[in-house]
Parts: sequence; C-alpha cells; structure tokens
Amino acid sequence: MIKHDIVIVGGGPAGMAAAVAAYDRGVTDVVIIDREDTPGGILRQCIHNGFGLHKLGQELTGPEYATVYAVKVAERGIKVYTGTTVLSVTQDRIVTATGREGIVQIQAGAVVLTMGCRERSRGALNTPGTRPAGVFSAGTAQKLINIDGYMPGKKAVILGSGDIGLIMARRMTLEGAKVEAVCEIMPYSGGLTRNIVQCLEDYDIPLYLGTTVVEIHGKKRLEGVTIAQVDENRREIPDTRRYIECDTLLLSVGLVPENELTIAAGISMDRVTGGAIVDENCHTEISGIFARGNVLHVHDLVDYVSDEAERAGCGAADYVKNGVQAGEYIPVKAVGGVRYVIPQHINRNATGEISLFMRVAQPSGKARITARQGETILATATKLKTAPGEMEKLIIRPGLLGTGEITVEIEQL
Amino acid sequence: MNRKLICIICPRGCQLTVSGEKDNLTVTGHACKRGQVYAIDECTHPVRTITSIVRVSNREDCMVSVKTATPVPKEAIPQVMAAIRGMTVQAPVKTGDILAENIFGSRIVATKDID
Repeated sequence: MIKHDIVIVGGGPAGMAAAVAAYDRGVTDVVIIDREDTPGGILRQCIHNGFGLHKLGQELTGPEYATVYAVKVAERGIKVYTGTTVLSVTQDRIVTATGREGIVQIQAGAVVLTMGCRERSRGALNTPGTRPAGVFSAGTAQKLINIDGYMPGKKAVILGSGDIGLIMARRMTLEGAKVEAVCEIMPYSGGLTRNIVQCLEDYDIPLYLGTTVVEIHGKKRLEGVTIAQVDENRREIPDTRRYIECDTLLLSVGLVPENELTIAAGISMDRVTGGAIVDENCHTEISGIFARGNVLHVHDLVDYVSDEAERAGCGAADYVKNGVQAGEYIPVKAVGGVRYVIPQHINRNATGEISLFMRVAQPSGKARITARQGETILATATKLKTAPGEMEKLIIRPGLLGTGEITVEIEQL
Repeated sequence: MNRKLICIICPRGCQLTVSGEKDNLTVTGHACKRGQVYAIDECTHPVRTITSIVRVSNREDCMVSVKTATPVPKEAIPQVMAAIRGMTVQAPVKTGDILAENIFGSRIVATKDID
C-alpha cells in the first residue's frame, strides 16, 4: 500500500489552501486527489469577478483565483492526482481511489476532507408538473455556458435568489437570453446585496420575493412555468398564480455539503450544517480526519474558504507531527437567533486565537452577536445589519477560555 | 442630487448616499475609499468589469474565460459583449494574455490557461 503523510480529498479552493498550509507547516509529503482533470473545483466555471478582495487583496475572476493556488501547489511540488475519484475513507485513514491507474489504496497519516458541496435539485423541491428538458440547476447551466460554450436556452426563469442564481441571471442576459424573472420563496434574497444590484438591477431583471414556481409545463421541452406568491408559512396564496412562457428554468435553491464519504466513514455529523462535527482545528470526531471548506458548511465567499482551510491544513500537519491533542472538549451551542456555530466544540487546552463562524436565522437590522461562557463574554461584535446569506465571525482572544458550555447568541439593538 | 446606492466593490455591500452637485459630490456611508470612488463614478460615469468566454478555435469544444482588463462604461456593455462574441483565439493561451485591444478604453484579457 502507498503511504502519504497527508491525503487531501478534493482539489478545489479548500483542498489547495489546506495542502499549501500543511506543507508550509513542515509536513511536505502531501497529496491532493481530485476527480476532475484540472484542480480548481467550482472556481473554474465561476468566470465572473469579485474573488480574492479579502484574501489576496486584488479582484480576480474564479479561474484566476484558482490559478493563484494551483501555482502555490505546483511550486511546492505537491502531487495532484487528477481524474481520480475517492471511493472510501476509513476510520484508520485508508483512502481508496479509482483513477487512470485503476484502484489505489493509500495509508494516510492524516486525511483532510475538502469535497465541497453540490446543488439541491428539482427532486428536492417536489415541484409539480411535467418533466421536460430545459430544467437545469444554475451551476449546470453555468458549466454548459462557461466551460462547454453552449447556451441552455433563450428565455429563462430562475427559481432561487442565491448568488449562483443571480450571477446566472446576468450571465444568461449577457449571452443574449431573456431572463423573465427571478423568484425567491423567502421574503428576502439569499444572495449578497451587491449581486442584486450588479446582476439584476443593472439589467432590469425583476426579483419577485415570497414567490415560487408551483407548476412546470411542457412535454419535450419546457414551455412555461406557473408562479405564485406564498404566505409566511411558504404556502401558496390562492388567486396569485401567473403563467410565464419560458424554455429554461434554472434552479438556485441551495447547496448541500457533499458528505457521502464522511457519512460512510462513520464520522459524526451536524444536522444543521450538513457537515461534520469539528473542533477548532477542523478535526472531526475520528482521530486524524479533518474537514473544511464547503463540505463542512456552505460559505458565501471563497476567500473565507481559503482562510479556514489553512486551519485544517495546519491541524492535519500538527496531528502528523504530534499526534492527538489531549484535553476535554467544551461544547459550543447556537442559541437565540443563531442557526449554527462552527466549531461545534473546542479543546479546553486550545492555544492561540479561536475563530467562531456562524449564520443567523433571520435578517435583522443593528444587532450584537456574543459568545459567552457562563458570565464571561468571550467575544462580541456589533453589526449594522445581519442576514442568513452572510456568514458572521467572532474571534476569541487567547487566554479567555474557561470551563463550561459556550453559547453564541444574537440580540437586536 | 440625493441618491442612495449599494456599493458593489466588495461583499460588505455598504449603503451609500451621494449628495451635492455634479462637480461637488459628497459621499456618506462608505467604509473605505474604494466605496467613495465607486459612488462618484456611479453618479457621473458608471463602469463595470465584463467577463465572458471566447472559443478556442484549434481545440475541440474548448472555451477560454476572459475579462475586460479595466472596467468599461456601463452603457457600452452590449457593444463590448458583441465584440467578445465575434472573437476566437488560438491555443496556447496564458492567463493575462491580451486577446483584443481598444475595447471601449480597455482590453480583453484571458483569465485561464489553455495548453
């Protein structure tokens, strides 16, 4: 069996950042396994700009951002097995993969899971109607246009106002299609405000909030959709149905961390995030297996993915060098308006700064997010506005950590 | 003028207010200097970076992603897209290669490597 100190599953932004960080921490026997022919993950099809402002201090397109990290990986001589799919990861860190050379098994000193996420599909929505061609996930349409050079249709409706839906509304319009509407079932958009402005308002594309697609029409090819308004319980309001003729329906209805390998390995999962339960070093509950990036929780910005994945790379390198960190775990709980917090527990002996990442359940105006341990305030931040689509972060300074459960909550100001 | 804008420079999405006359505009609500520049540009001559793809003629089913090297006037977007749509390139292409000059005061550059 082949042996490597660190095996990274997935060569997207998280995998590449983790590999580089592990290498720079002194563990140089790192390999990345990726199922595509070129590393870079989903960034390769995200040809729009706006990446890297936070992490790299410059505004890049997705492919350019991926290249920055691919160069860092190549400069260090980190081997990337492309065209290779990981089939399983076991609790004793045997990674089985299939690629050009057939099936290989690798005994890893540590494994970093960076498989990313995938899109929710039509099947997850149970939208009534026929099953014609012309219904795509927004990411599929993005790949068809940007990688393969094919237009999926001429007249489109987009369901879901997450960032991919908004970006694709603009992209379809630029390539000559007519985008009739973007429908969002929630009373607010799940995307970044700047994408509403530069993708919809710039091109006069209407955004209908509290509205969803209630029926899909067409035999061979999509002929149209019926949209309707919904009440606060997301139930259709009678007499609000409207038919829109279109040949394409793009679904941008949420992302799901791609955790089949994680679950098959028997790693404990968080039901809210859809990712593994981890500590401050991105260590799962199985010794030597780490997880970060969109496979852990879905991010709004790749910059944060890279940042956080470096933590996982360092955690894996420290594990290879020093073994498991001793000490009891303190649980971290999301309460009162906070939907989840990562990490879900923190080692009592953790040193250095500890970053907490969270999402709020509802949009709000001015608010304060606070992490407490009993009476002690570990970290607090005031926000002018918060939204479920925008990840929040708190930093616990070194030396503050005591004993007992940590809670993170939001208060309206 | 008294115009409210949402800044599109970074994901923070600051709510900006621009007031005053054309040659003497005041911006409030910005968290950084880039936001101030954006607000004044947006009220005097709005610009956008355009990204798209160009077919690689000597590779099968292959597209290279491109962008305008600098932002172009917003009203010129349809013409910029028409220019990009009319282009083809020959591989190999490197990130940063200039594929077309003089496109509404900017250039079209590749954002991906094609071997």
